[in-house]
Amino acid sequence: MIGRIVPIVLFVLLGLLLAVGLKIADHKTELPSPLIGKKMPEFSLPALGQPDVIITHEDLIGQPFLINVWASWCPTCRTEHPFIEQLAASGRPRVIGLNYRDEEADALAWLDYFGNPYALNMADVSGRTAIDFGVYAAPESFLIDADGTIIFKQVGMLTPDIISKEILPRIQSTGSGQP
Amino acid sequence: MISSQLRVFFAVITLVMMVPAFAASEPLIFTDAEQEARFQQMTLELRCLVCQNQNLADSDAPLAQDLRKEIYNMMQDGRTNDEIKQFLIDRYGDFVLYMPPVKSNTLVLWLMPAILLFGGALVVLIVVRKRTLSPREQEEENS
Repeated sequence: MIGRIVPIVLFVLLGLLLAVGLKIADHKTELPSPLIGKKMPEFSLPALGQPDVIITHEDLIGQPFLINVWASWCPTCRTEHPFIEQLAASGRPRVIGLNYRDEEADALAWLDYFGNPYALNMADVSGRTAIDFGVYAAPESFLIDADGTIIFKQVGMLTPDIISKEILPRIQSTGSGQP
Repeated sequence: MISSQLRVFFAVITLVMMVPAFAASEPLIFTDAEQEARFQQMTLELRCLVCQNQNLADSDAPLAQDLRKEIYNMMQDGRTNDEIKQFLIDRYGDFVLYMPPVKSNTLVLWLMPAILLFGGALVVLIVVRKRTLSPREQEEENS
């Protein structure tokens, strides 16, 4: 009797294990960021195209904003561009660009060609600030609330779906500033 | 004469295949052999976040180069291995470690080899015991 039940139980357990594995594998390449709920890292970066204008983390605090990590060499950033444009046109959150490991001339040409949706653009040529943000693939976006706490991170492209489901509800709930 | 031509051919192929190995490593100057060994060991145990199934030592991704440089700089500053690992965990999470820490959500991962080993040993033991029993003992056991 037991001899018959044991293989069936083992089979079911194995099946469950594989099912869970498949579920996890779907999201495997997106890593949970340890930075969620923490203050954004401190930084001091030149503005893109204006090397003597320095932007620090303190300059951005005050209202919710989105830092979008992009580069002219990043093909997905082109696909994402119209969605960033729409979000930026809505005015909330403020959309800040972090130009990641790029050539200044290439980045400026890219903005000229596709349009510049960013309220501000910071140039992280060395990629050092991006390391502090835990960036490992462009595009990435960080939603940061009015007091500088990271509340959401998107690895990969922002889509209208993610913007309406993940971004907009989160800035309404923080309730700071007028919409 | 074909054999000497072949020899040249293989020499060239071998040289060409060695190029990526040089290309992957930017010049880092270590203070001593011990520090270099520490650096090599460390980058072997850390995951490249871009290519995810490669370690930092092997990967040629720009981020992997940046992180190697960062690890190198921290070593020059006299930071310990644990401090350097914590720096990376703070930014990228436990995933950056190829050897994850024992936590509630990694317990299964750590215990599974032991469970499988003991389970397998148990099965072998039972099977072997059954087979080595004489027919008379088997009868006794079944009754």
